[in-house]
Amino acid sequence: MGVMKRVSLVFKAKANKALDKMEDPRETLDYSYQRQLELLTKVRRGVADVATSRKRVELQMNQLQQQANRLEDQARKALGMGREDLARAALERKASAQSQLNDLQAQYASLQAEEEKLTVASQRLQSKVDAFRTRKETIKATYTAAEAQTRINEAFSGISEEMGDVGMAIQRAEDKTAQMQARAGAIDELMASGALDDAVGGRRDDIQSELDMMAASSDVERELSRLKGEIGASAPKQLEGGANGNSQASQASQAQDQRQSGAPYAPPPPQAQAQPAGIPVSDLPEPQDGEG
Amino acid sequence: MIVRILGEGQYDVDGSDTAELNRLDTELETAVEHNDEAAFTAALHALLAQVRAQGSPLPADTLEPSDLILPHPDASMDEVRKMLTDDGLIPG
Repeated sequence: MGVMKRVSLVFKAKANKALDKMEDPRETLDYSYQRQLELLTKVRRGVADVATSRKRVELQMNQLQQQANRLEDQARKALGMGREDLARAALERKASAQSQLNDLQAQYASLQAEEEKLTVASQRLQSKVDAFRTRKETIKATYTAAEAQTRINEAFSGISEEMGDVGMAIQRAEDKTAQMQARAGAIDELMASGALDDAVGGRRDDIQSELDMMAASSDVERELSRLKGEIGASAPKQLEGGANGNSQASQASQAQDQRQSGAPYAPPPPQAQAQPAGIPVSDLPEPQDGEG
Repeated sequence: MIVRILGEGQYDVDGSDTAELNRLDTELETAVEHNDEAAFTAALHALLAQVRAQGSPLPADTLEPSDLILPHPDASMDEVRKMLTDDGLIPG
């Protein structure tokens, strides 16, 4: 016996088992109709669940895309500053974001297909439930008990097959949605950990930190040489004589400290964001404590 | 003869010419027996295409039980095996 026949026999066996449980034909009809309405509600909820899941994936795809763009931007900036190593790091991260994105795109398409299938299944079930209701009333009104039983069996088998089919479709959609949610959760975690850096949350990643730091330290260099120039012009001896008591020299040495530790002045300038993530400000060395 | 493709709907197929359907169905069964997923997918898709080509879709509001039922196109061999057992995939 072929696969087609065996599958249909399994369906029939299920329907017959349910029918055998009922003694009063009217009870069969009403009970079945109740279950049909429940299934209709379930399949509609299924459609909504898949749609929610699909929207979440869509959101993540947008985030990943923004991030890939931003990482490319960072790579360009890093190259502009002559930091090929940093550009490489940014591009590697971009490749990782891109591969997540490609994965999500495939999953998105599959969720979309699932949503369409369930929508069609829901419409088909609605038509059959309507047909069943009509037939249910006709059977109740017209036929003798023996005839009614035959008609009921037909209608019941027809609808129960549809219900089995729709039930499986819902199960499949639920499985896919669950997989998708697990995956979406994993990507959220990855973003939260900074491994993929959350472009939307406004967090600064380490590549951006280093770029900011480089920009800041080139500012510092410029300041430094400006100050050196001023000092060199007015009082060259004081520079050799040490920092004590000289506010300009003290400022210069502060600037140097900042370059070495990456710590900001207090109060922090806008570059404060450049400090490496994860080190609280209080753990950084106090700038120029008690001196001057 | 009414044939259902799961997840897709029912088709009214001319019952006088089932040779091709039976041949493909046997192929499908052999693939399941030999645990050959690739052959299974190929046979399933060929069988579904044959049903769609040979049959016409039944209106959605008909309440006819099917003579034959076929798995949905993405079904894995494992899923079909489960369908063939009484307490398997098909909800009671």
